[in-house]
Amino acid sequence: MLKYALIPLLPFAGFLIAGLFGKYLKERAAYAAVAGVAGSFILSVSAFIDVLGGTIIDENLYSWFAIGNLTVNVGFQIDQLTAVMLLVVTTLSTLIHIYSVGYMHGDKGYARFFAYLELFTFFMLVLVMANNFVLMFVGWEGVGLCSYLLIGFWYEKKSASDAGIKAFVVNRVGDFGFLLGMFLIFLTFGTLDFTDVFAALSGPAAAQSYMLLGAEIGVMTLISLLLFVGAMGKSAQLPLYVWLPDAMEGPTPVSALIHAATMVTAGVFMVARCAPIFSLSPTAMTTVAIVGGLTAVFAATIGLVQNDIKRVIAYSTISQLGYMFLGLGVGAFAAGIFHLTTHAFFKGLLFLASGSVIHALSGEQDMQKMGGLKRKIKVTHGVFLVGSLALAGIFPFAGFFSKDEILWSAHNAGEVGRVLWMLGVFGAFLTAFYSFRLIYLTFYGKSRIDHEVEHHVHESPKVMTIPLVILAFFAITIGWIGMPGAIIPHANLFGDFLAPVFPVLEHGVANHGLERWLMVFSVMVALAGIRLAYSLYVKNTSMPDRLARSFKGTYNLLLNKYKVDEVYNFIFVDGLVHRLARFLYNITDVKIIDGAVNGIAGMIRRTSEGSRKVQTGFVQEYAFVMGLGLVVLMGLYYVLK
Amino acid sequence: MPSTLQEFFTLMTPIYPEVVVITVALTVLLLDLFVRKEQKSSLGWYSLAGVIIAALATFKLMGVTGSFFAGTFLLDRFSVYFKFSFYVACSLGILVSINYLKIEDIHRGEYYALMLFATAGMMLMASAGDLITIYLGLELMAMSIYVLAGFMRRDSRSNEAAIKYLLLGSFSSGIMLYGMSLLYGMSGTTNLAGIHAFLRGADLANPMVFLAMIMLIVSFGFKIAAAPFHMWVPDVYEGAPTSVTAFMSAGPKIAGFAVLLRVFSYALQPLQHDVTTIIAGIAVLTMAVGNIIALSQTNIKRMLAYSSIAHAGYALVGIAAGGPEGVASVMMYVFIYAVMNMGAFGIVIMLRRSGERGEEIKDFAGLGKTNKMAAFFMLIFMFSLTGIPPTAGFMGKFYIFKAAIQADMVWLAVVGVIFSAISAYFYLRVIMVMYMSEPQAEFKLATAPSLAIALVFSLVTVIYIGVYPDNVLNFARASIAAIL
Repeated sequence: MLKYALIPLLPFAGFLIAGLFGKYLKERAAYAAVAGVAGSFILSVSAFIDVLGGTIIDENLYSWFAIGNLTVNVGFQIDQLTAVMLLVVTTLSTLIHIYSVGYMHGDKGYARFFAYLELFTFFMLVLVMANNFVLMFVGWEGVGLCSYLLIGFWYEKKSASDAGIKAFVVNRVGDFGFLLGMFLIFLTFGTLDFTDVFAALSGPAAAQSYMLLGAEIGVMTLISLLLFVGAMGKSAQLPLYVWLPDAMEGPTPVSALIHAATMVTAGVFMVARCAPIFSLSPTAMTTVAIVGGLTAVFAATIGLVQNDIKRVIAYSTISQLGYMFLGLGVGAFAAGIFHLTTHAFFKGLLFLASGSVIHALSGEQDMQKMGGLKRKIKVTHGVFLVGSLALAGIFPFAGFFSKDEILWSAHNAGEVGRVLWMLGVFGAFLTAFYSFRLIYLTFYGKSRIDHEVEHHVHESPKVMTIPLVILAFFAITIGWIGMPGAIIPHANLFGDFLAPVFPVLEHGVANHGLERWLMVFSVMVALAGIRLAYSLYVKNTSMPDRLARSFKGTYNLLLNKYKVDEVYNFIFVDGLVHRLARFLYNITDVKIIDGAVNGIAGMIRRTSEGSRKVQTGFVQEYAFVMGLGLVVLMGLYYVLK
Repeated sequence: MPSTLQEFFTLMTPIYPEVVVITVALTVLLLDLFVRKEQKSSLGWYSLAGVIIAALATFKLMGVTGSFFAGTFLLDRFSVYFKFSFYVACSLGILVSINYLKIEDIHRGEYYALMLFATAGMMLMASAGDLITIYLGLELMAMSIYVLAGFMRRDSRSNEAAIKYLLLGSFSSGIMLYGMSLLYGMSGTTNLAGIHAFLRGADLANPMVFLAMIMLIVSFGFKIAAAPFHMWVPDVYEGAPTSVTAFMSAGPKIAGFAVLLRVFSYALQPLQHDVTTIIAGIAVLTMAVGNIIALSQTNIKRMLAYSSIAHAGYALVGIAAGGPEGVASVMMYVFIYAVMNMGAFGIVIMLRRSGERGEEIKDFAGLGKTNKMAAFFMLIFMFSLTGIPPTAGFMGKFYIFKAAIQADMVWLAVVGVIFSAISAYFYLRVIMVMYMSEPQAEFKLATAPSLAIALVFSLVTVIYIGVYPDNVLNFARASIAAIL
């Protein structure tokens, strides 16, 4: 058990060292940090091998607290799903830690950065290893906190600290849903341990229903929807996605680790973990699928016109998360987790590579001021291309396999599924287009770089490029572990590995012929997207401007991200919050609460001043009071008897 | 009668811890003659070592239960729990004293001897199986503390404190003896088990039984500083040397509760119904007096004196609740109170410099800027006294009020919470003064390794219990079988 407990504890130790002694260690703090995650990675590999060998761990370390009939343990569960997550989290975390050694070099918050990053890894590991909802929630909130700290890492910058607050506040909305879901689970089943809850699902408690707004809603649907609200916040789904693009204010390694590879996928993981609950509610499943599908296309359309290199990738992340939920929603849980895994690698790669571009251009993030970088930063260009091919879903890169599995599952999931499949394919077209728009604007064509910046352009140091190359390797190959039956029969190692964790909900029967055709079709669609990007941004570079002018309304709407931020600001921040706050402050606070509080406080203070005078200092009076007390108590005899 | 030395030692086994403490106290008096003035602190460390040895002896005796010396001395888990609390209180008392005595220029060996005698008295009280043993232990403790309160012989306030305490203490002893004699007159025994057996069969409507009960409540109430028998507390706390005040607010109070529990939950258990009503009333009055008058104090020692009264009130809520949960919560509470209060007094002692008393709350102004560490410690202790998580003070109150609610005394818990809210004002004011006010003048704190050890120990304990209360609570729960 100690081995497993050390998986989260090693990064925690790294956090303590970097956090407490960072002032003295300076840049050496990174050694402790890297050692912490690397150790955790090695143990995770070992845990994975244990699970492969058939050892499933579910053990309580100690009882955290017990109130009434709620006992919350600190306990870990390592099954197939957790083992996959452990590998994803620790691999990415280790590589990104190493990359950061170079990327953050010279920053005055160097040790603080690594301390936060370690703390994040700790909480993320707690989240995926927890064997009950409460401990999972601890990790869930913990990663949220670290996300907030790291988005606002450069807190002197107003936009950065604002973005941190925005992320925190929007996530609270989701967390509220998660909490309510947990309460309802406890109310229904009287326990919050995964094993006990899932075991009770077949019992009568799960069949209850509530009357809400005149409609009868099954308790399973209600729980699933509430939990899904939590997932929407953490995993940036419609309508709670708005914090993620702003989160790009954080240092790029943070965007890679937290806002692409791991934390934002926590919602996906949570839904997958609760697959037994969700699968009991077709309504909830359909909701998950529809929200996922809509988000996938919605975010992709915004990504089409953004000019900030990191924001394009951020919208792409939102969109890809949508695909994952789409997969989960149509019952292809393993496919969703598979896409989570491949996405972690190629999206982590894309972010780190974009970091390398930004690094080369002395901090420039606007793609309109890039171009022609292909020859100057060759390694970065190479890995960026690999990442984009994976993202666009081109065979045989990683994204192809996972995205196709999701689309195929959607296609088999009835009428709604067929519509979602169409959405997904359209999204894939957009994805291919915007990812190659990014490639062409950045690396090809004529240079639009400022002259000052131009002669400083340099390839990143080895400590940054080596993690990039490793990630690129995975971005090519990681998909092969989930080989679809239509290409090589019975070679879907990933799906088989995860099969024991998930309920079987797959619709229809294997139809390899059709599946193969659909694959070819979606690759063609992606290639069409790339081709369009090529003609617009390499061949015919004046075209985009003309298009923007002739479709001015649409273009501006997309450029301004559908004005969702503005609408939210108008309704919630200005309308609801400010007006309500003013009302609460002026009437409730000042008049009622302050009035009462100050009144009572004044009264007590006057009593205090008055009774203070009883204390005269004369010992005979003290004795008299004592005697008086004695007599009064004696007199109680007549009252009590 | 023991015929050989061997038999004598065997007979003495149950009281080894007491023997150790008293022997160390006596040797301190002897050694004091040979230790030069500058080296008196070695006597402090020697006394501390003695306490630790006594603690080890108690640890060894933990498995032994029984009644010894014709039923006058009991060895059970209940007494063990309290003895460990006394060791902690006494050790912290010694540690906060060493440097303070130097500054006050009253570094004399008998100080430590008196402290050890007082501790021995408390230990007897916790182990008492007989009214006489209770009286003996209580007087041994009280006498030592009268002298300690007046230890600054040239200071008029210290003298005043000692005299006031002595006079009122004698008054309360008289009341206690009266009550005890009534009990003896009725039952023909002073043995607690005997009294318990007698009351089981007695006519409880007899006014004499009631009178005896009231008198014991009053005299024990005096020791734990319950209203309206609390009047001595502010004057004595303020006048006594601060290190003595620290010790006095912890040790004797715990001992008072030990006796209160032993007598009322066990010997007078048949009177439970009346006791509950009266104690609940006293608890409310005590919380009210303590918390309300504390609001307008400007001297930190007086403020902590009223706070000490208020905390006695909270603990009485647990006694009124009764039952295993009530008793365990009281036991845990008095220990927590002792530790956090000693911590707070430790910081007050730090502010004491020659030429300046440093006892006014405004003397804390700007401590948060001039000495971050000390201010942080005080912050935690004040949070704990207020009962803010994650400190021990919160857990203590939580279990007290929980016990009250479980005993169907929701009203009492509500009253307790309201007064607890009021108390936030005067505790948090110290924090406000430390962090929000500008420092008045440059000053150096009177730090010393001994004081640092005491403070760190208190802080760690306060946080540890605040995060993980189960260990202490389970220890208390396992210790109550003897009296229930």
